[in-house]
Amino acid sequence: MTALVGLLGAPTSLHPVEAFASILFIAIGAGASGALNMWWDADIDAVMRRTSSRPIPSGRVQPGEALAIGVGLSGLSVIMLGLAANILAAALLAFTIFFYAVIYSMWLKRSTPQNIVIGGAAGAFPPMIGWVCATGSIGIEAWLMFALIFIWTPPHFWALALFMRKDYDNAGVPMLTVTHGRRTTRVHILVYTVLLVILAVATAATSIGGPVYLTAAVVLNALFLKDAWRIWQRDETDAEADGYKVEKSFFKLSLLYLFLHFGAILAEAALKPFGLGGWGWL
Amino acid sequence: MAIKVEHELHHRRKGRNVGVALLLVGFIGIVVALTFVKVAQGDFELPRVEEASS
Repeated sequence: MTALVGLLGAPTSLHPVEAFASILFIAIGAGASGALNMWWDADIDAVMRRTSSRPIPSGRVQPGEALAIGVGLSGLSVIMLGLAANILAAALLAFTIFFYAVIYSMWLKRSTPQNIVIGGAAGAFPPMIGWVCATGSIGIEAWLMFALIFIWTPPHFWALALFMRKDYDNAGVPMLTVTHGRRTTRVHILVYTVLLVILAVATAATSIGGPVYLTAAVVLNALFLKDAWRIWQRDETDAEADGYKVEKSFFKLSLLYLFLHFGAILAEAALKPFGLGGWGWL
Repeated sequence: MAIKVEHELHHRRKGRNVGVALLLVGFIGIVVALTFVKVAQGDFELPRVEEASS
């Protein structure tokens, strides 16, 4: 979805067939990197409740099959994106798959509590790839969309780690909650949320922003900041007493937060052909 | 005993085989459509060789 927003939000447009093929092959590339991640992480997926029903731990897919699917679809998606859009987009997709499967899954995830911070880049590339498909170059707006997901990812996963604590403990994944404690994690969530709020609201002033985006950003960021503040104020006793209600609420809101921010960017792009959208018509 | 042309495995795999066939047809369709669009847009045209003048 974020790749589609990057593609449609760009100032230049692709032929609908090229746009459809580009989004399809980016999605296939994302699926391929997911298959490679599940092949490599099958051992820890099996011990975590959240991931134990994935295809490999549940026995529906053999590890070798997942590896073959991951490698095969990676090659196919990169080559086809190069043909459908351009070489830079294909190179970015190849780098994203490499980053997610090798840098994040094989290296960072099990070795550093900064796993989710640096690894978040893998999920942040798709809108940039979409933008590059349309324009052939990486503009400031593409970097802003990248940064939006990159800074959003850590607080999103740290909130999950707070209320799924046993999962990460059992799997031995060095999440911040395990290595630096839960108080530090709460502080980190607030700090990253403040950075995110500044970035998300400032994006409204760029060419991908506009009144619709600004309205959505102000409302969503106020709600997000309020929940992050509440997470910071609480301690474990409070959280356990109400079953991590605030942390769960923050996590759910984070999903809606990202979806609606990109939805607002898409709305601005969709309004432009009618003379609306962006700031130009005001 | 009559020879069974259709093995039970063929029945079980039918859905998967149809799925693979549809995927391949879809893929061919995308490649054909992309080719038409690229040719129509002139993406495959060779650069013109400048004729030497005088």
